[in-house]
Amino acid sequence: MSQLLEVTDLRKEYPLQSGMLSAVMGARRVVHAVNGVSFALEEGGSLGLAGESGCGKTTTAKLILRLLRPSGGSIRFAGRDVAGLEGLDLLAYRRQVQFVFQNPYEALNPRFTILRSLLEPLIIHDIGRSLTERVERVAMALDRVHLTPVETFFPKYPHQLSGGQLQRVVIARALLVDPLLLVADEPVSMLDVSIRAGVLNLMRDLSRERKLTTIYISHDLALIRYMCSVAAVMYLGTICEIGPTAEVIEHPRHPYTQALVSAVPDPDPAQPRRPVEIADTVPTPFQLPVGCPFADRCPQVMEVCRRVRPALLPEAAGVHVACHLYPAGTREAH
Amino acid sequence: MSGSERAAALPQWTRAAATWRDALLVTWAVARRDRFALAGLIIYAVLLAVALAAPALAPYNPLDLNYRPDGDVAANEAPSLSHWLGTTNLGRDVFSQVLFGTRVALVVGFVAAFGVVVLGTLVGLVAGYYSGWVDTILMRLADVAFGIPFLPMAIVLVAFLGPSIWNTVLVMTLLLWRDTGRVIRAQVLSLRTRSYVEAARVLGASHVRTMFVHIAPNVLPLSFLYGSLAVGWAILTEASISFLGFGDPNVISWGFMLQDAYNSQAMARHAFYWFVPPGLCIMLAVMAGFFIGRGYEELLFPRLRRR
Repeated sequence: MSQLLEVTDLRKEYPLQSGMLSAVMGARRVVHAVNGVSFALEEGGSLGLAGESGCGKTTTAKLILRLLRPSGGSIRFAGRDVAGLEGLDLLAYRRQVQFVFQNPYEALNPRFTILRSLLEPLIIHDIGRSLTERVERVAMALDRVHLTPVETFFPKYPHQLSGGQLQRVVIARALLVDPLLLVADEPVSMLDVSIRAGVLNLMRDLSRERKLTTIYISHDLALIRYMCSVAAVMYLGTICEIGPTAEVIEHPRHPYTQALVSAVPDPDPAQPRRPVEIADTVPTPFQLPVGCPFADRCPQVMEVCRRVRPALLPEAAGVHVACHLYPAGTREAH
Repeated sequence: MSGSERAAALPQWTRAAATWRDALLVTWAVARRDRFALAGLIIYAVLLAVALAAPALAPYNPLDLNYRPDGDVAANEAPSLSHWLGTTNLGRDVFSQVLFGTRVALVVGFVAAFGVVVLGTLVGLVAGYYSGWVDTILMRLADVAFGIPFLPMAIVLVAFLGPSIWNTVLVMTLLLWRDTGRVIRAQVLSLRTRSYVEAARVLGASHVRTMFVHIAPNVLPLSFLYGSLAVGWAILTEASISFLGFGDPNVISWGFMLQDAYNSQAMARHAFYWFVPPGLCIMLAVMAGFFIGRGYEELLFPRLRRR
């Protein structure tokens, strides 16, 4: 199968405002937001990016969406390098890749009516011959996300809708341009638990129906398990484990994945819990450890972990893991 | 609903989509909640009516010399039925001059405020949106504008360009955009990180479209606030320039009247009827601008409303 999206050794660094002294010393301190992420996503596939706050999930998404430019590595979409796109090529790319925002309350212009917001992509990409046809398309898009009767939503302003309705509008807007790839950043984290399933089912049905390739970013493993065929666990800007979702979640290999999985709340309160404890907090991303980024918190840390950074290597059952505990992973990274 | 029916109902939605008109609706909302702002709007409405109807309302041409029945120039007359506010030392009708002065004040005030809003908003949008070196250059320019002593510079420029009210307006626009520009830039810096601005980029909107279609409507109320303050400043400055004798001598403005009265020792002669009315008018017009500005401020920054 052809790969729609290929991300290779993607990096994003932010220079830190440095003080007088370091300026004199010539030291350049940088934050490594994304530090060598690689994955490939086949057409129609769905990838879940999991990880705690600050691990680089959202930065990865913004790099793919070309809201940011990478500091290193490459993103290839349908064989073309995304970083070099300009002008009409970039416009064409924007039509193929769409985004669902984390906070639906902020994702729509507060001074636009719903109709105006939804006409915007059609105006930008010059879709539809007349205003009538465009309005008809908007009506169909709202119908698709079950906001009916559509006419009642046209003149509404974002503050007049609920979070769930707003997120449906955002999904409708993303799909208006018929994208190939849909990236959703924590699509339901701002919504009430009671309506999350509705929005998720809608997204799943729509992407199946239109054979969309999707990337879901979430800290919630249950969501990823429900929505994605491939799961990747990120830690401090790198992927520590990637593979078929069921395999990653049921047989987590990387100690960090094990900790994440054990932290998922069980709906049955009678069930005894045996959480895998991890110590301390995340190292700051501008003092990255030389070896494994997880070494300082890992319950099974070994001597080699502090010296050599483990590479993401195939383990078993299609899973790739970056950990020295696994024989294939003991080889040196470079 | 069929496609054609939907198209028939369109004007209603396009009306709702006219976001630029929101700012005017906001003005009305401000006036309804705040008595001071309402007073300001009423003062402007009255001044505007007077300015438009000045030729019909004024009993005399403001520049004409008036004569007594015995043929003498009717100079320095106290208020009477024929000259409600008396006459100047040249026998000109003060009441007519006050009425015509309204025109100059409003033209100067509103055109300068419009210029300030347009220039300041443009600079603020571009500087805040692009940031980087564009921002640095524009904001250092604003610093320079802040460093210029306003009134002396305005006088020098008007004297240099020639005394006309259009030059006065131009000079005020060039000197007063700085406040608006700064504030709009700060607002844009905060707005550009909002998801809906990122959404516009993801949808493929160009930089220009993002700036003017997606960000501008959200800073417009702030531009209006600074515009309403600029009206007051512009009227005051025009009066100062005219009072100091650098105004257009062929145009009757309130500042010109004050200068006229001052030069002919009206104060020593206690000719209050001559210099109090234009002074009051300047005060009213400037106050009205600040009242409206105050109302805007309370709407935009609700935390100020602690009472």
